[in-house]
Order: sequence, then C-alpha cells, then structure tokens
Amino acid sequence: MTTPVLNLKKVRKTFGNEVVLEDITFSVPEHTATVFIGASGSGKSTLLRCINLLDQIDDGQILLDGEDISGAEINPDEVRKKLGMVFQSFNLFPHMTVLHNVILAPTKVQGVTKEVAIEEALQLLKKFGLKDKADQYPDRLSGGQQQRVAIIRSLARHPRLLLLDEVTSALDPVLVNEVLSTVRDLKNEGMTMVLATHEMGFAKQVADEVCYLHSGRIFEWGSPSQILESPNRAETQEFLRRVHDAGRL
Amino acid sequence: MSNKSGRGSFDGATPYDFGGPWSPSDIELARRQARKKRNQRKALIAALSSFLVLGTLAIIVVTSPGWETLRNTFFKWAYGFEILPKIILGFGTNAMLTVIAGTSVALIGLAIALLRTSRSPALTPFRFLATVYVDVFRGIPMLLVILLVGFGIPALQIKGLTNNVLILGTLAVIITYSAYVAEVIRSGILTVHPSQRAAARSLGLSHFQTLRHVVLPQALKRVTPPLLNDLVALIKDTGLVSILGVTDAVRAAQIQTAKTFNYTPYVMAAIVFLIVTIPLTRWTDRMLRNSLEKQNAQGQA
Repeated sequence: MTTPVLNLKKVRKTFGNEVVLEDITFSVPEHTATVFIGASGSGKSTLLRCINLLDQIDDGQILLDGEDISGAEINPDEVRKKLGMVFQSFNLFPHMTVLHNVILAPTKVQGVTKEVAIEEALQLLKKFGLKDKADQYPDRLSGGQQQRVAIIRSLARHPRLLLLDEVTSALDPVLVNEVLSTVRDLKNEGMTMVLATHEMGFAKQVADEVCYLHSGRIFEWGSPSQILESPNRAETQEFLRRVHDAGRL
Repeated sequence: MSNKSGRGSFDGATPYDFGGPWSPSDIELARRQARKKRNQRKALIAALSSFLVLGTLAIIVVTSPGWETLRNTFFKWAYGFEILPKIILGFGTNAMLTVIAGTSVALIGLAIALLRTSRSPALTPFRFLATVYVDVFRGIPMLLVILLVGFGIPALQIKGLTNNVLILGTLAVIITYSAYVAEVIRSGILTVHPSQRAAARSLGLSHFQTLRHVVLPQALKRVTPPLLNDLVALIKDTGLVSILGVTDAVRAAQIQTAKTFNYTPYVMAAIVFLIVTIPLTRWTDRMLRNSLEKQNAQGQA
C-alpha cells in the first residue's frame, strides 16, 4: 500500500477551554479529494488551518507523505512550501497586480527566476481564462475571478496538496459555478485536495470521500453517495435536511 | 448574456420597440428646474452669510482705536519686503532641517514601529525600550526636549560631543518626531488584516518576507496622508530650534524686530511658512480624500 499524501492521527485542537477538534483521524491518498461538510463552527476551517500549520494542534500527529509535520523541530515555512491553501475571502494582495500575486511565492520562496515565474504564471492564467487580467489589480476583478486567481496563486507553487476552505462561500450564486468548475478541472488533473464546503452538489461531484464534521468530531465518513443520500447517523441526517430546506442541495 | 437587445426581444429576430431615443420626461424636467432653483438659493445664502460675517469682522478690526498703530507695527509692507531676503535666508535653515530631520525620522520611526510590532523573543528588551521611548517623548512638549538637549548635552562637557546648536536642535526634533511617526506607522501595520498575513504565510513566505512584501507596502500606503500631515507640522516646528539661537526664519525675524521694534518681520516669516505649508496641506487633503474613496470603493466590491 502506498503512503497517503496526508495522514491525520487522533488530532485534537482547543482554543482555551473550548475543544474545537477531537480525535480527528483520516488519510488522503494521492489524486483524491476529501470533502468536509458540517455546520458553521463545526471545526472545518480550523482543521484546514491546522494542516497548514497556521494553528498549532494540541495533540495527535499530522503526516505529510509519511513525514511528521507536527513535530516540535519542524520549520513551518518548509512544510508550507508543499501545501497550497485557498481561503473563503480570497485574500489576494490588494497592492499587487494579478501577475505579481501569482509570482510572489515562486520567486521569493521557491527561488524561481522572474522570467520563468512570469512565463509559468501567464500559462496558468491563460489555462483558466484569466490571461487578460494579468496586469489588473484585484479590486477590479469580480469575486469569482479573484478566487480563481487565488487558486492559481496556490497552484503556481506546485503544491503536493491543496487545501480549499469554503472557497465559494463569499460569492454570489452566479459566480460560484466558475470557481467550482476550476476546482473540478484540478481534480480531473489529479490534484490531491482537502476541501471544506457548503456546496453539497459540488461535494458529490468531486469528492472521493465525504466526512461529516460535528462539533469537532468526524461523525460519519464514506463515499459521497452514501453520506449525502443515505447517512446512518441522526446528526448527519438532520444537517442534510437543514441544508436541503435552505435550498443548497 | 446571450440576448443583447434586452428583455423585450421574443424570438431574437424582431427587437422590441423601446420607443425611440430617450428624451427627459416632463416630470424629470420639473425636477431639474426645482433642483436648480434650490441650488441657486443655497449659493445666495452662502454668499450673503460670508459677506455679513467677514464684513463685520473687518469693520470691527479696522475701526478699532489701535488699528492705525497695529497696521504700522505689523503690516509695514515696504519694510517687510526690505528684510524679506534675510528671512528667506533663515528659512533655508528650516528647509534643510526639515529634509535632514524628515529623512532621519522616517527611518527611525519605521525601525521603532517594526520593533514594537515584532514578536521575536530576542528583541524583547528593545521592544520594551522602544515602548518607553515612545511613551516618554510623545508626552513631553517639544520645546522642553529642545531645551533639554540643546543645553543639557553641552553641560555634560563630554569631549567629542558637539556644542553646535543647529545639530543639537535637529537632534531634539528627530527624537520627538520619531516617537510620533513610529506610532503612526505602527497603527498602519496593525490595520493590515490578519488574513493577509495568513495568506502570505500559507504561500511559504517567512515572517520577514511577509512583512517586506505584503504588510509594509499596504501599511505605508495607508499612513501616507497622516505622515504628510506630520511633515507639515515638522516644517513649522523646526522654527522652535530658534530658541537655541539657531538663525532660522523665526530667529531672523526676531533679530530684525529687535532692531526696529517693528513686528512686520514676524508677519513676513509667517507668510514664508504659509507659502510652503498651504500647498502641502492641500495636497495632503487631496491624497487623504483619494485614499478614502479608494477604500470605500474596495469595501463595496
């Protein structure tokens, strides 16, 4: 059996007295997408931030390609070079053009020369239909375009694993689709991903495995059709019923 | 999206008749007329009120019993223009002081701001000292700092330390203004949203790279208008070093008034300062307005 790209073992995270994540264990094999669903405050975002070492875990282990990245001696900057993260609120750098947003990490972190980085960035932008936006500043772009640039910015670093944190939550319904189709393209190309999302239909399309997170614990996991269509646990059923009532299924 | 002619076109072949080119309706015309009338009335009221207030003030001043004397001692223009070159020469010192102090203050203020916002444990003692420094020198009137530095340092009689009042005065200005500017820059750094930092760190940028490429450029852009404000204040406050005997514009005017007991040189010095500061203030205002507009526009996006 090959080593999974990501492997979490009994991860626990607390903020003060509040337990945010408890006993989180799962693994993500290469070229697969694991999707976390659950209500706001269930710990989805914290989980992604912990994997990216933006938050420190309080117990357990996180392994990336079999290597413990939660160890005391680990340099987070080195780990993050292998990870890509896309945020709910895009977080593009407003003082830089789209192109500069994309080439910042390759030139400053990966040590790629500017010419090569620009060429590669333009290729990526072209591939995702944003080449004409290269010299624009982020505030001139629609939300969907900004989020796609944020995804491209992560891709330009050739991450081993892409973390997507509710990437469509800040977008209006019309713009959601362009971002989702970008993510679908990545999935088809074999990118390994962990996603947190409220879009159940989308989860069904891209996920190899769906995990239902409830007050910091993985309550149920399995194939998308099993979790989303015939969940076993009452909490999952209740959650999906509420999502359905809100018209998001 | 697919239908360019609008909602009226049913089969795409026969566009809906929108009734020809638009011309303003009677309702709109009436509205415009009313608006125009209202604006005219507003302008009339503004003019009338200005005329009344300013006119009254002028009459009070001009008809006051001491007006003639005042005019002769403060507004003797012929005399004023005669000594103007001396004041302009003195203002050269203010200008030089502004450039030297301004540059130093920018660098020192930035360094202190970075120090105070850093979290490195190795810098703890410096962080503490920086906090004390800022607290102390923001709380002392600059005139006192100038007197303390200008008379205190020579009194130490340490060999190699300068007695040059110009250098000591400049030093005092730098000490005080660095404390102000450090706080302005620090507040700018703190207003950059944590999510920007998170994004930069998640891209693998180090703490320093994040600061250098992401946080500082945004922070400095935001604090440029208040910093320009401080620059205007700095230009004026360089006049305070005259108390040490530095021959700047204020001192030059003082020397003239001591000779003739006519205060027109002070008025001339004031005018020289205004010629430099007013355009700068206007420019700062414009920049502030632009950056506010931009921020608001971003908020809507």
